Amino acid sequence: MLRVDNLSFAYREQTPLVVDRVSVEVDRGELVGVIGPNGSGKTTLLKLIAGTLKPSAGSIELAGRRLAEWSRREAARRIAYVPQETHAPFDFAVLDIVLMGRFPHLGAFTLEGPADLAIARRALDATGTRAFEARPFSTLSGGEKQRVVIASALAQEPELLLLDEPTASLDLGHQLDVQTLLGRLNRERGVTMVLSTHDLNLAASLCRRLVLLRDGRVLAQGPTEQVLTTAAVKALYDVDADVQRHPQAGHLTVTPLARLGA
Amino acid sequence: MKTIRSRMIAAMAGFGALLAAALLVAPVVGSTSISLARVFDGSVPFADNVDAQIFFIARLPRVVAAALVGASLAAAGVVFQALLRNPLASPDTLGVSSGAALGAMIAITFHLDVSVAGVPTMPLASLAGAVGALAIVYALATARRRGLSGTVLLLAGVTMTAFFSALILFTQYLADFTETFRTVRWLMGMLDVAGYAPILAVLPMLAIAFGLFTTLPRPLDLISLGADAAAARGVDVVRAERTALVSASLATGAAVAISGPIAFVGIVVPHLVRLLVGSDHRIVLPGAALFGAAFLIGCDLVARTAFSPVELPVGVVTALIGGPFFLWLLFHRM
Repeated sequence: MLRVDNLSFAYREQTPLVVDRVSVEVDRGELVGVIGPNGSGKTTLLKLIAGTLKPSAGSIELAGRRLAEWSRREAARRIAYVPQETHAPFDFAVLDIVLMGRFPHLGAFTLEGPADLAIARRALDATGTRAFEARPFSTLSGGEKQRVVIASALAQEPELLLLDEPTASLDLGHQLDVQTLLGRLNRERGVTMVLSTHDLNLAASLCRRLVLLRDGRVLAQGPTEQVLTTAAVKALYDVDADVQRHPQAGHLTVTPLARLGA
Repeated sequence: MKTIRSRMIAAMAGFGALLAAALLVAPVVGSTSISLARVFDGSVPFADNVDAQIFFIARLPRVVAAALVGASLAAAGVVFQALLRNPLASPDTLGVSSGAALGAMIAITFHLDVSVAGVPTMPLASLAGAVGALAIVYALATARRRGLSGTVLLLAGVTMTAFFSALILFTQYLADFTETFRTVRWLMGMLDVAGYAPILAVLPMLAIAFGLFTTLPRPLDLISLGADAAAARGVDVVRAERTALVSASLATGAAVAISGPIAFVGIVVPHLVRLLVGSDHRIVLPGAALFGAAFLIGCDLVARTAFSPVELPVGVVTALIGGPFFLWLLFHRM
């Protein structure tokens, strides 16, 4: 469904490429993880796919159409993006935040109608946040906020959901909440997702396929079981790690052992 | 929860009624008492109707000026706050007001305050100052990285305000005594316009500014949660940012050209309106314009009557309300 072909990007001309000839394909219903060290280009890659940055070279296609041909609004009806953290400087109610997801579906001066409200409430239900729809967004915990923003993205009714380090700023309990939510949305509702993360154990448990990025280049990509190896962790992070299948969790786990000489 | 439509209607009706009351009551109050019934008594011709003459010729221009200045500064404040995702942003804190004041001061002091092909130059000088100040501040805030840095923008704004104040003092130093007296009073923020001419002079600027404002509320809602997230929701962020900066500068430049810089309206009114109606800019932006108009009419009424027959500059009244309010805001909301 998503085809990223030979994609390159630099923030300014004559500066190093942040994303360097990346090619990735994602099928409908997949949940793909992008992992790599700080500055490897994960966030930039997601923003390019979301269409909020324009590639320097290469192309992105969604369902056979080039992203570059779409207006911002058209692209936003198909692709939703959840940033790492969302902070509201003004007091919006949770339902107001979710209704903002309807923006690309409405005309410039059209107000949200009953149909939009129904879609927003379904998104709240799907993320388990319906109970606090009237609460001010700023009073929620980090994990609750993240689930509300995911609900807002679902209200966009996208074909593809992009998430930038969805658990990075959350405590263990909220990490697990968001992880469970994403797994469920993918399994039960067939939402296609691409997420970036630093949490290799999250990636291992949630994603069936991984893309390994370093210095803007794809080091490897493929089924999680095949690409998440001791050698791969070493190549990505210069860290010696033990990669084992966890007997209870049923997925690979990564335990860092030593930092290799810089 | 009520739908956005019913919330909008209720808010506009409430703020609209408040403004209508202010527009009717304020011109009636003053040194000579007049009655509204006689003002609108159609049986007496206008030439013989003293009450109507006082109402429409002596007092209404000042009230209309207060309404337009209040609406412009409040709306500009809302736009700056949402755009910069910072509740402390306003035409004052960004240096836009003092840039406009410097432009207008130079025009007044050096007798450039004339008409070129029927267009008075003072509002244009004021607009040039507003745009110039914002351009410098904006360039600084965007120079180092992609996107807008709110912190740099505010610090640059505060610095520019101090710098422009020095230039304003320098301009005054160069002026002769009568000019200095006029400009000092003007810098305090005065609404005693002589007739409708100063208002008509800035009406085109205000029309463009408010026309552009109508396209902004929903994009501002989304941008206030983050530029990247807004872009991913389908907002053309660069276009919305430019529209916002241009329209808010136009509104500020026009307001300063009428009345001189009137401080704190752009920060007090938006926050009071948010406390009353929440944060949705489809309600806050028009609500702040209506409430800002009523607020400044009210402040000017106090300025005219509190120490009657002496009139205070309205800028003193707004500062006496706004200063403590700003501190309260820092204390409770930051």
